Amino acid sequence: MSEERGFSRRKFLQGVGAGALAAGAMPDLARGAEAPEDAPDLAGPGPVPVTLDVNGVRTTIEVEPRVTLLDALRSRLDITGAKKVCDHGACGACTVLLDGRPVYACSMLAIAAQGKKIETVESLAPGGELNAVQQAFVAHDGLQCGFCTSGFVLASEALLRQNPRPSHEEVLEALSGNLCRCGSYQGIKKASGAAPGGG
Amino acid sequence: MKDFAYAVPATLARAAALWREAPDASRFLAGGTDLLGMMKDFVIQPARVISLAAIPELRGIREEDGALVIGAMTPLGDVIASPLVRARCPALVQAAAGIKSPQLRNMATLGGDLLQRPRCWYFRRGFGLLGMKDGKSLVLDGEDRFHAILGNAGPAKFASPSSIAPALVAAGAELLVWNGEGTRRMAALDLYRTPEREEESEFSLAGGEILVAVRLPAARPASATCEVRQRKSLDWPVAAASACLDLENGRVAGARLVLGQVAPVPWLVDVTSLLAGKPLDEEGAKAAAEAALKDATPLAGNGYKVQVAEVAARRALLAAAGKAG
Ligand SMILES: Cc1cc2nc3c(=O)[nH]c(=O)nc-3n(C[C@H](O)[C@H](O)[C@H](O)COP(=O)(O)OP(=O)(O)OC[C@H]3O[C@@H](n4cnc5c(N)ncnc54)[C@H](O)[C@@H]3O)c2cc1C
Ligand code: FES
Ligand code: FES
Repeated sequence: MSEERGFSRRKFLQGVGAGALAAGAMPDLARGAEAPEDAPDLAGPGPVPVTLDVNGVRTTIEVEPRVTLLDALRSRLDITGAKKVCDHGACGACTVLLDGRPVYACSMLAIAAQGKKIETVESLAPGGELNAVQQAFVAHDGLQCGFCTSGFVLASEALLRQNPRPSHEEVLEALSGNLCRCGSYQGIKKASGAAPGGG
Repeated sequence: MKDFAYAVPATLARAAALWREAPDASRFLAGGTDLLGMMKDFVIQPARVISLAAIPELRGIREEDGALVIGAMTPLGDVIASPLVRARCPALVQAAAGIKSPQLRNMATLGGDLLQRPRCWYFRRGFGLLGMKDGKSLVLDGEDRFHAILGNAGPAKFASPSSIAPALVAAGAELLVWNGEGTRRMAALDLYRTPEREEESEFSLAGGEILVAVRLPAARPASATCEVRQRKSLDWPVAAASACLDLENGRVAGARLVLGQVAPVPWLVDVTSLLAGKPLDEEGAKAAAEAALKDATPLAGNGYKVQVAEVAARRALLAAAGKAG
């Protein structure tokens, strides 16, 4: 339910406190309604510091508020596992995990991802050794060109962490947000259902 | 996407104040799944984006004086997972579950779904809500297969895109709206209007008003949503229907049927007179569904939607009565 993983003001302040907003913002946000209406709590449009916690490492970059999480990851942090295909929330190639849940990195702003734990496919094989889900994709021919693969792997990973023994229907539901242009679906479904829970 | 200044106000009052500073240039940001897409396509280019993520009133699902109140910023995934919502309004849970994918449901919010902009491709290409060029309707001249089949006599030909709205209208939900000073309440259906001119909106919210929460006054266990989709995921339904029945000893006392994706607004049909006093059966559901569509005025290329909507309506009515369609 929403409370559990929802939003707390403390979390929010931690997130933006790193400087996403202009210096005057902190007291304004903390005081809420009593804040003077001219308090400078607007960030941008120019570059502002944005702190992202990606694969366990917190990094502060200077980006404009309009930069998506996907562009920040790929072009600023050089973490290119998440791919850009449609850039409109309609293919799944950009899937990353945000506090453990799959989301489309193309459809959210980097500045809004502060204070959240972001996981990309790179985190699954830290020493270069593939995790269980990735190995299952190899074993079951779950890919051809590979462009969709990191998205499918992360969608599967999120499913298997929650539900180590998914039914066929649960696999289909969990993968319903990812498209494969090469049509490797048979292998992908087998890999996702076969990987032992969460690697 | 054009650049913009960004704010994350912690209160409704502050959000409204930020809006008032730049009323024509501001947009509210919820999950971003619709807004950012429109900004990337330069269909809208706000100079100020005000995130609603830090306002506590917009979060959470709770019971209040016997009603169920769901914050507008609640992700659709949380709506589906909530036992409270499941028990009180299956039609809403089914509508939310139809929105695929998990990624979308983790991001998209209840309020954002209700306030998403139409999918009309002419609108999405920058030709405005009415899709006009040189005084002529691009829809009538062009590709209309997903456009409205009801309520389309005026210049608005788009179809209301929200899967959630029909379920809420059928269930008699209310919306709580912050108008800058206080909260006003309106029936869910009253959020929607059919624009007559390009400058008009398809929503009845005044600029700067914030949708705070959805309120379900009464439990609606005999309710259901059924959709007909071309693709099972990553797309909108071709037609959808939500039905909500009042049953007394197994007999229909009231029946609200709401069609989605068929008109510029969620299309409410009161089918009580057709169904009252009898248990709902296949025959009654068929008659009610036909009645709901009998005044349809399809465009050149979307006559097929009449039958599709009829099927959705019949199935929703039967499902609401606990019978498979
Ligand atoms: C591939 C794909 C398939 C989809 N399929 C479906 C489907 O089958 N059915 C369906 O219903 N939807 C579908 N959607 C749409 C999706 O559900 C919406 O984009 C989403 O619900 C919008 O919510 P959001 O929180 O992301 O809103 P945002 O994109 O942040 O906002 C949407 C609009 O609402 C305004 N707004 C949001 N919250 C408030 C508030 N509290 N007060 C005032 N204004 C507000 C914003 O200013 C903006 O104009 C699909 C989307 C995609 C990309
Ligand atoms: S690139 Fe994000 S969903 Fe396609
Ligand atoms: S393997 Fe090529 S797109 Fe999926």
